[in-house]
Order: sequence, then C-alpha cells, then structure tokens
Amino acid sequence: MTNDSRTVVVTGIGAFTPLGGDAASTWEGLVNGRSGVRLLVEDWAADIPVRIAARTAVEPGDVIPKHQTRRLDRSAQFALIAAREAWADAGFETAATAPGSTVDPDRLGAVVASGIGGVTTLLDQYDVLKEKGVRSVSPHTVPMLMPNSPAANVGLEIGARAGVHTPVSACASGAEAIGYAIEMIRTGRADVVVAGGTEAAIHPLPIVAFSNMMAMSKNNEDPQAASRPYDKARDGFVLGEGAGVIVLESAAHAAARGARVYCEAVGQGLSSDAHHIAQPEPTGAGIARALAHLFESTDLDKAEVAHLNAHATSTPQGDVAEIKALRKELGDHVDHIAISATKSMTGHLLGGAGGIETVATVLALHHRQAPPTLNVDDLDPEVDADIVTGEARKLPTGPIAALNNSFGFGGHNVVLAFRTAD
Amino acid sequence: MATKDEVLSGLAEIVNEIAGIPAEDVELDKSFTDDLDVDSLSMVEVVVAAEERFGVKIPDDEVKNLKTVGDAVDFILANS
Repeated sequence: MTNDSRTVVVTGIGAFTPLGGDAASTWEGLVNGRSGVRLLVEDWAADIPVRIAARTAVEPGDVIPKHQTRRLDRSAQFALIAAREAWADAGFETAATAPGSTVDPDRLGAVVASGIGGVTTLLDQYDVLKEKGVRSVSPHTVPMLMPNSPAANVGLEIGARAGVHTPVSACASGAEAIGYAIEMIRTGRADVVVAGGTEAAIHPLPIVAFSNMMAMSKNNEDPQAASRPYDKARDGFVLGEGAGVIVLESAAHAAARGARVYCEAVGQGLSSDAHHIAQPEPTGAGIARALAHLFESTDLDKAEVAHLNAHATSTPQGDVAEIKALRKELGDHVDHIAISATKSMTGHLLGGAGGIETVATVLALHHRQAPPTLNVDDLDPEVDADIVTGEARKLPTGPIAALNNSFGFGGHNVVLAFRTAD
Repeated sequence: MATKDEVLSGLAEIVNEIAGIPAEDVELDKSFTDDLDVDSLSMVEVVVAAEERFGVKIPDDEVKNLKTVGDAVDFILANS
C-alpha cells in the first residue's frame, strides 16, 4: 500500500447494533456467536404474523439527551452515536470547524444512508395528526423523516463542508454510501469522509409490509433460530436495527497525522440486475457483474480474498444466488474464502446492513478472525462454498483482503473490498 | 389565574424539556434564540406547549414578537 492521496484507508469505526452499543461489544458478540434476535413484547406485535426482531442492545435515549432525541429520528440517533464513536476512534477530538481541528472542514465529507429514512417519524406523526390535531404535529417532522437526515446530522456534528450525501438503494444503501465515500477521496474531493448506514424500521407497518411480500421469517417460536442463512429450513430475513459508521481517509492524510490504520479500503464493484423490482436474479449474474467490476476497477487480486461478509439475508432464493455469483466470477478462488453471514446474529438492518457489516469486515481483517454463521444445522446443498459455522475462524497471516456484499430491492448490487495494510 | 412566577416556572419547565436548558437558567431577560438554544422550529414547540399548559392562544404572527422569556410571560398573563 502506498501512502498517496488516492489510496484510501479506514482509520475509525463505530457501531450501535443489536449486539452492543459500540464496535467492541458488537465484535465481541459476533465472534462469540451471540444472537440479537428477540420476541417483540410491544402491544402492537401481538396481532401481526411476525413477532421477532433484533432491537439495538442499548436504547439511544440512554446515550443522547432527551431534548436531542425529540428532534432526531431513531435512525439518525443510531447514526450519530456510531459516527461519534468512529470520529473519536480515528483520533479526532473536535468538530472540523472548531479551533484546533486537525481536519480542514472544506476537505471533510459525510455519506450516511438508510433504506427507508424516518419511517417511524412519518407514521408516528400521522398518528399525532389524527389523534391530537394539526397543532400537535412536531415542527421537526420534515427534518426528521427526510432520508438524508442521518447524513445531515452527522455532517453538522463533525463540521463537514466538502459534501454530505445519501445514496438510497434499499438494503444496499449503507454499502453504497461507503463506496461513494471511497470515491470522494479517490477523486480528490475530500481527505476524510465519515460514512456508513443506519436503519430504524421496527414498526408494525414495515414489518407487515415485508411479511406480506413473504420475505420475512415467521419463526416466532424460536426467535434466535429464525435468521439461518444457508440452512435448508431458512424462511426469510429477521428485521434488525442500528448503525455502522467508519472513518475513511486518504493514506497521505492519515500518515501525515500519524493515525492508526485498520486497513485499506480498496474500492467497490457496482451493478444492477434489470430483472425484477424485488426478486433476486436467480443465476447471480448481476452480482457476478458487480464482482467483475470490482476486480476490473481496482488492483485487487482474486487470490488475495480470504474472507467475505456475505449479504446472505436468510431468504431461500437470495442466499443461493449470491453463492452462484461467487462461483461464476471467482471460480476455484471461492474455496479459500471464509464466508460469514453475520445477519444470523444481527438480523437484517436493511440500509444499515452495509454499515455494520463493513465494521465487521474491517474488524475481521484487523483481528484476522471470521465470525461464525449461526443456525446452519443442515447446509443447503446448493451452497457450494466454505461457510464459517460453529466457532469463529482464524484468517491467514500475510496480506489478505475481505469483501462485503450488499444487495437491495430494485436490483442494486454493491461489493466493497478491504485489504490489510501491514 | 396564574401568577407571573407560576408562568415563568412553567415556561422554564417547557424550555428545559424542549431545549435541554436547565430550568433555573430560564430568566425573564433571556432571549429564546440567543441564550436558550431555541431555534425557530423549537420555538413552535414551546408555543404549542405553552398554549396547552396555560390555556392561551398564541397566534402565529404573534410568535415573532416573543423574543425574550419576559415577552412570553407578559403575553400569557395578558391573554389567559
């Protein structure tokens, strides 16, 4: 890796997830195979077909004061907490606009995405309108529900003036945000970009709507066994909530300030299926094109890839299409890739997935350890790949790379690649 | 009919809830915007909460005249 301004590195991480209120506790949960899925105990859950979800391990209201939570959608609260952690983890002590900052605010960006935006704010405020009348609707409703709200609030927090962006591509949104951030640095628009994904959609309407698409597991009897990627008995995803955010930085900028470097952010591969609004393309052709784009547009070698944090949401079609795509593009190289499906523990965070799974991928390289996949009791024979099950697995020494896949309704395919820097 | 002190302490509770400012810092000469971190959106919340609490109607075009806590206390006392 060269320390130039076109090479991008990861210098900070933050997470607020069903497994923990920060990146360290989340990682501890992942490598120990802990499930964050629980039975929903809210009154509204009693009468709907899916009564399981993976709530954040910590309530954001225990971290952020009430006068701030009342003007932030839950998705923005998650993003802000994770971004603050990542920012401090990168060694930054103040906002870029504050005196003594080591970052030029004009060279600092924020790219934070969610799949659905402030959906609970929208629905809750409509309830307020119907039940309490016009005067009671919060004047903060619009800035809370707009999908760019998490990005804008993170940008305000750190003083980002190079650009604040929110790519939206359903469950690929968080990964697309990180890819966008890598390009902001590579093309010279910014030195530092805070990027990630967040989602807060645990509410009866999204759950019923996903459930009516036949996309969700209905295993209410055994919540922690419900998210079971690659297992023959998988019956859909489990909804999770939370955020994962990283600090991306040009290698030159990181070296100049003596920053600790987790790994290199090599680049992204992108494609779209042109197949169906919600169904995965069954042969994996679209995903394979995203992988091909990654290897064409970066110096990454297929032989370097030792780990994949798979999209693997635990749906019957999607999990197999992803594996087929890997075989199609990577051939025999798939055999030396330790594949982890961490949604078996966190549930599926939709637009937050790319965020927390990038944090997991970065930490997998950092600790050279691949988290286990839970609930693979009876591996689907169509899954012709090396799935890490049971316990976490050591990754090889020497230079290695890891991929993080994210795909979204609409046929969006995003592959992110990271590589050890030492 | 509330006294001036009762209206002030009620408004202080509202500002504390909405802007996170300690209630004891909400004094008659304080400006909502400059001293109490109440921006134009949060001011709408303060107004709606004050209307409910004191049973008073504060018209939209009156809100711009309520620059200090004292302005709001006087308006509430004169109109409730």
